[in-house]
Amino acid sequence: MIAFEEVWRSYPMGPSRVDAVRGITFTVASGDFVAISGPSGSGKSTLMNILGCLDRPSAGRYLLEGVEVAFLDDNALAALRNRRIGFVFQTFNLLPRMTALRNVELPMIYGGLHREARRRQALEALAAVGLAGRIGHRPSELSGGEQQRVAIARALVNRPAIILADEPTGNLDSKAGEEILEIFHHLVDGGATVVMVTHNPRIAERARRVIQLEDGRIVSDIRR
Amino acid sequence: MDFREAVALALEMLAANRIRTSLTVLGVVIGVAAIILLVALGEGATAYITRELTGLGTNLLIITPGKTQTSGGFHPPVASTVRKLTYDDAVALRRRATLLSDAVPIVLGTGKIRSQGISRHTSVIGVTPEFQRVRNLFVEIGQFVSDEDVEGRRRVVVLGRTVKRELFGEENPLGQFVTVADSRYRVIGIMERKGVSLGFDIDDLVFIPVKSAQDLFDTDRLFEILASVRSPDDIDRAIQQVKDLLIRRHGNREDFTVVSQGAMLSAFTTILKTLTAALAGIAGISLLVGGIGIMNIMLVSVRERTREIGIRKAVGARRRDILGQFMLESVVLSMLGGILGIALGVGGAEGLSLFFAYLPTRISLWSVIMAFGFSVAVGVFFGVYPARRAAHLDPIQALRYE
Ligand SMILES: Nc1ncnc2c1ncn2[C@@H]1O[C@H](COP(=O)(O)OP(=O)(O)OP(=O)(O)O)[C@@H](O)[C@H]1O
Ligand SMILES: [Mg+2]
Repeated sequence: MIAFEEVWRSYPMGPSRVDAVRGITFTVASGDFVAISGPSGSGKSTLMNILGCLDRPSAGRYLLEGVEVAFLDDNALAALRNRRIGFVFQTFNLLPRMTALRNVELPMIYGGLHREARRRQALEALAAVGLAGRIGHRPSELSGGEQQRVAIARALVNRPAIILADEPTGNLDSKAGEEILEIFHHLVDGGATVVMVTHNPRIAERARRVIQLEDGRIVSDIRR
Repeated sequence: MDFREAVALALEMLAANRIRTSLTVLGVVIGVAAIILLVALGEGATAYITRELTGLGTNLLIITPGKTQTSGGFHPPVASTVRKLTYDDAVALRRRATLLSDAVPIVLGTGKIRSQGISRHTSVIGVTPEFQRVRNLFVEIGQFVSDEDVEGRRRVVVLGRTVKRELFGEENPLGQFVTVADSRYRVIGIMERKGVSLGFDIDDLVFIPVKSAQDLFDTDRLFEILASVRSPDDIDRAIQQVKDLLIRRHGNREDFTVVSQGAMLSAFTTILKTLTAALAGIAGISLLVGGIGIMNIMLVSVRERTREIGIRKAVGARRRDILGQFMLESVVLSMLGGILGIALGVGGAEGLSLFFAYLPTRISLWSVIMAFGFSVAVGVFFGVYPARRAAHLDPIQALRYE
């Protein structure tokens, strides 16, 4: 489903350049649950941004469901982000003025769904993360764990091919983090594909496969 | 996102910053209201002048001594007189200009008019009986100046309403004597009430026979000759006829000017139209300033909502979605200003003419449409740059923005 072939990502910095990702090659199969781990600055977020079509590789090939992302224009990338990818961030990134329900509806607005369909699917997604009772709350009226669950509902509401989570538990206590992991497991059991960044080894252990990054390269790739 | 939702979202965003939105809108409101108000004043003045000038009698020709270059301008009575116009010129026109129905010689002067110790400085006009028809101004009580009065150089006077009231109050002045510039005149009539026209009090006049006026002011010149053309279709031919006749009488020299009332009217309205356009243009500049206010606020808004833009892009918003959202906000801002500005401008114009009778206003549909259209255009124009900035933000950097 996902294939990286010798992917590089470099940032020009004055006369020299920073290589955040240095020739990574790997594949992710459909239905897998992958944890990416590694020290700070090892290129995890950079990798995730490329996976999530928010960024393009400087060199190498990235195929998402057989499509070479480098050749797509901005609109096509936006459409991919909208339909095929669900992103979960460390800092939740919900729109502060909107209720949980409207936050979850957001991707479907850009997907062109009708109001009734949007509402129905958003309610389903919120129920799936156990927040049926919080649909009218704004982010400031929710706990961190609840906010992250709203973000997950938003990520999965368009039934994407893959859910990408960059340190989804980084801002949560262990109990709330545990709940998030439970949800991911549940989603994977239901057939979803999840790639999650974490530098907490205990959380990485819970995935089916752990990829270790160091200095922009894969140093280990262990399947449990 | 369908259009209704997009508008609702824009309104929601604007409502979230009420004071800021109000102040921004105010800039547009003032511009739009100023355009409508100033155009209403200009159009009102034009309508007023048109009404007053046509009210002076139709098919009017004004023949003044002296030649001016343009045919439609004004003629200072003393400035460029080469040769005089005489009573006989008027008689000749009346007898031989077949396209004219009347030709009235006019002598104009000012004098002190006195009765029973009360005196008043006023304009004295020497006329013939036809004056009534030509100027559409009639005697109400008693009689007007007659042909016999003119030929006999009689010292009789017809008083305007204001003069009558000042000198006689409620008393009946008919048959009484007044002193006009040291000569005794008998009052034979009182004019109907006309009021103020073009800033001039028509009731503050006295009328005497034209020859008596020439005696009084010791002159054989006329101030002007007023003539009326029989048929409105013949105005141009009548002007030519008058010219031919007078040129022959004046030894082949065109030392006079003939202007039709239509030409005077169009000269007036041309001036007023230019003035109105200039004022509307100045008001338009204030609308531009309002537009700059919109741009400023939208730039601030884009900066403040950088993270929001990043989130929207991350979940699949295309550039044109973001562009549309911010464009819509600036257009809604300016349209809001347009609507409120129309209300203020129309209300202000109505109020002005209600409270100040000498400021006639007329609200024209085109100025309302133009002002509104212009305000929307301002929203589009000044909204493009901030919206493009928003649309072209890099999603990763936008998401990192604090
Ligand atoms: N826009 C940028 N310009 C220049 N260098 C960058 C940019 N973004 C990231 N980098 C560099 O790339 C490297 C990898 O950064 P990245 O954010 O992927 O690390 P990370 O593994 O996610 O770290 P953390 O665990 O702290 O989040 C870092 O050295 C960073 O300085
Ligand atoms: Mg990171």
